[in-house]
Amino acid sequence: MNTNHDADVLRDLPAVTEADLAALHARLAERAADDGVLDVAYRTLDTPVGTLLLAATEAGLVRVAFPIEGHDEVLQALAARISPRVLRAPARLDAVSREIDEYFAGRRRSFDLPLDYSLSSGFRREVLTRLPGIGYGTTASYATVAATVGSPRAFRAVGTACATNPLPVVVPCHRVIKSGGDLGRYRGGPDAKRFLLDLEAAA
Amino acid sequence: MSTSRSPGAGRLQHVTLKQPFETIVAEHGTTVLRVCRAVLGTADADDAWSETFLAALKAYPQLAADANVEAWLVTIAHRKAIDITRAAARRAMPVADVPAEPIEDGRDLDLAAALAALPRRQREAVAYHYLAGLPYADVAAVTGVSTDAARRAAADGIARLRKTYPANGESS
Repeated sequence: MNTNHDADVLRDLPAVTEADLAALHARLAERAADDGVLDVAYRTLDTPVGTLLLAATEAGLVRVAFPIEGHDEVLQALAARISPRVLRAPARLDAVSREIDEYFAGRRRSFDLPLDYSLSSGFRREVLTRLPGIGYGTTASYATVAATVGSPRAFRAVGTACATNPLPVVVPCHRVIKSGGDLGRYRGGPDAKRFLLDLEAAA
Repeated sequence: MSTSRSPGAGRLQHVTLKQPFETIVAEHGTTVLRVCRAVLGTADADDAWSETFLAALKAYPQLAADANVEAWLVTIAHRKAIDITRAAARRAMPVADVPAEPIEDGRDLDLAAALAALPRRQREAVAYHYLAGLPYADVAAVTGVSTDAARRAAADGIARLRKTYPANGESS
């Protein structure tokens, strides 16, 4: 850290190892949760659609992010939007990880998890909270969803709500497609949307 | 100390985003642990590190976005180290950081023991300046002495380590 030769005498201090820091980090995450100051806990999870970033507040799962979104950028946005008290702390995401693993293994058709919709508001939030009503293995058009929320002409806004869903995979915006059958936009990219629809069709 | 804006920074008016706390741990965790080990010894360093980062996490939302994070963390670590030393004294345990025997030639001391044998002021000044990289003005602010006194304490500490830790003389 400094190049001053006066400090040469200190270079023989025992090195700090990754194991040292990992143990301290785990303890910090645990104590932060106990003290109610772990505002955003996150971990990553390897899935067939790439490594997902999973983040949860004390209220529930708040963000699922695909690799193409840039995990660092997503964490920075969470720090700005929710709280800078953000730590890698997998324990809070144990149930989420288990259910997503089961989903990709074809053994789970719906998610039973507390969700925190605080990154969405207004109409978008209204749309997202309706999406779990679209059954596994089925699809609905943007227009149909718009009608469901009582704004049949707002199909473009429904498209935006789906394309900016902070909880993809778990809140199944991938089941909303264009009336003509085109897939439409998806936060994880068109290949990820296709993969999820195929997965559900095959199960 | 330099936890406030540097002169002229206000004119730039740039928005500094506060990083996720995880980034703070990743960037400064190693340095803070080295500082805690140097000041308290290995046995108590883990507790000091944990207390430091837990306190920092709690206070982090209130920290100015352009603050000098390293100086801020060292300030917290300094206070936690004092707390831990006082708690140990209250438990009337043997004072671990004072060597039982006077050091005459110090030939058997390893570096950690040589550090532990320094007077506390010197040990702190060496750790905060040479391990954490704080300028003497910040070391002075953290330890509550003048900048000159902080500089002297660091220089005296290094000079004493050179005598009590002979391995250094062979390799430099």
